[in-house]
Amino acid sequence: MAIIPNPHKTTGLLGWIDDRFPLTKLWKDHLAEYYAPKNFNFWYFFGSLALLVLVNQLLTGIFLTMNYKPGADTAFDSVQYIMRDVPYGWLIRYLHATGATAFFVVVYAHMFRGIMYGSHRKPRELIWVFGALIYLCLMAEAFCGYVLPWGNMSYWGAEVIISLFGTVPYIGDALQTWIQGDFSPADATLNRLFSMHVIALPFVLVGLVAAHIIALHEVGSNNPDGVEIKKKKDPVTHIPLDGIPFHPYYTVKDLVGVAGFLIIFAAVILFAPEGGGMVLEKPNFIPANPQVTPDEITPAWYFGVFYAMLRGVPSMFNSQFPGVVVMFAAVLILFFLPWLDRSPVKSIRYKGTLSKIALVLFAADFVMLNYLGMNKPDPTRTLLARIGTVVYFGFFISLWLIPKFEKTKPEPERVTE
Amino acid sequence: MKRLAIVLSGLLLAATAAHAQEVPTLPFKADIGNQASLQRGARDFMAYCSGCHSLKYLRYNRMGQDLGISDELLKKNLILGAAKVGDPIATAMPAQSVDWFGRVPPDLSLETKAKGADWVYSYLMSFYLDGTRPLGVNNPYLPGVSMPAVLGELQGWQEMEAPAKGEGGEAAPHFKLVQPGTLSPEEYRDFVGDLTNFMVYASEPTAFERLGLGWKVLAYLFLLLILTYLLKKEFWRDIH
Repeated sequence: MAIIPNPHKTTGLLGWIDDRFPLTKLWKDHLAEYYAPKNFNFWYFFGSLALLVLVNQLLTGIFLTMNYKPGADTAFDSVQYIMRDVPYGWLIRYLHATGATAFFVVVYAHMFRGIMYGSHRKPRELIWVFGALIYLCLMAEAFCGYVLPWGNMSYWGAEVIISLFGTVPYIGDALQTWIQGDFSPADATLNRLFSMHVIALPFVLVGLVAAHIIALHEVGSNNPDGVEIKKKKDPVTHIPLDGIPFHPYYTVKDLVGVAGFLIIFAAVILFAPEGGGMVLEKPNFIPANPQVTPDEITPAWYFGVFYAMLRGVPSMFNSQFPGVVVMFAAVLILFFLPWLDRSPVKSIRYKGTLSKIALVLFAADFVMLNYLGMNKPDPTRTLLARIGTVVYFGFFISLWLIPKFEKTKPEPERVTE
Repeated sequence: MKRLAIVLSGLLLAATAAHAQEVPTLPFKADIGNQASLQRGARDFMAYCSGCHSLKYLRYNRMGQDLGISDELLKKNLILGAAKVGDPIATAMPAQSVDWFGRVPPDLSLETKAKGADWVYSYLMSFYLDGTRPLGVNNPYLPGVSMPAVLGELQGWQEMEAPAKGEGGEAAPHFKLVQPGTLSPEEYRDFVGDLTNFMVYASEPTAFERLGLGWKVLAYLFLLLILTYLLKKEFWRDIH
């Protein structure tokens, strides 16, 4: 099919542009004539909020980079320079640091929404896969950013995370040295992580977000009922009967979500910018010191789940490698979710009790593992972490097994509410 | 689904509960709005701490502007040596001091953020006589402490009654004053309170600005929430 220039036959200046660039077409395809189901609920705020936080990170990141000086001797001092001497530097840094936490909050809620309503199911598998790639990229981005202030937690966090690569059999040591550019985290490590953090990963991240949205708009949004609105169209206009134009309906609705989000976001930044040690950790107010290990090396809260798995899995053959494998598998299994889930219905609303229990258990398990990862291990907690790890993977298997015998409720013809 | 959302948010809150510290600290509430306290703290920091400890991220005149101390007063009373008003608060302690104390006295710009204000307060309250230590004193909050009890002449000398045990739930260590200092216990408590309060200020001089913005920003955002909600309601009137 050939591309038809200016399909909407605009005239004047807009017509001149539309003859050369699909401005009106893009506007209509993605906003004014993108029909979204009318029954979105609370959980549907998090997609637009993730985009808002991404923009916040990019903008504040630009200004931070103007004053931050990567380098083992300069990084810590330059962060304090930003906090104290750069006009509103403190605000820009708190926006960026709290933004990282907010990013994971909204992304976890967004992913949970997807699992709950079957947004990963056919024909939306690629939206989910792009999303999982975004999540993976976000984790790498967050880790690199965490190291940049070069506080003591930055240093030891880098030490722990990079040493994960050192557990790979045979090539581990060489791999670790190659990644670090030194025999321990050092100036070279900091500079390469800075490069990844401000150029490579944001570039990939923005590209993936574009792919995520393009794929979404190609097939259309899912909804809390998990039924396809495109199946019931107006015979004359061919517009889905349950669809409403994204703009203005969801642009104004998402503004309410933005205002609500900003209240919480601003309250944290202005009244508790360290987030009780969850956003900025106490040991990170001490410059990096290879001789002094913090009392307890804990990851940022959003990695708690994976850290709990890493610590919970017993080492085998004197190697932590099995734990590393399990931890990475916990991320990789997300990519297979669309094909593991075999239920005849998409939304949890029409699944049976067992599926509902499994979902709640999974959510609770996620929170429990996160807690365990952030706190000191003891024998009980290690046992809980092991059970939690089994439950985590068990949930994905349950999506495949439960539909074999569970009776589902009939899906409605049209969306409810 | 609403119930599920409530359950989940409850669980998320539970996960934020912090873990207990090794030795329970004494309660301390910073109040950087109390300028008189900050001024006293600055004076006492310069008199008793700055000989060994720097505040390298804080400039004298920044402190002066924030605490209402003129440049003349700074020069007359607070700046030691040849430093200019725009200089950071440095110390005369040479690097070889590592040989005197076992370590170079650390910079204290961010101490209350790194350890917590209540820890700093408790630490300064809790030097006690311990004949087994080279300097004759020890501290339950930093066992084997290498800092001498600089404030001993003010606080007097105390002995620890029950050794503090680790693991949460227990009370802060208890002391008995065996030789009174030049300040009464109440005066010393206020002295340490002012000093800690000043260090809280020094760890984040922009906190005034941040807290000052807080309610204004939130008031604006609540107004925005109401307006966007009304806007949404108006637009959605025809959706059923």
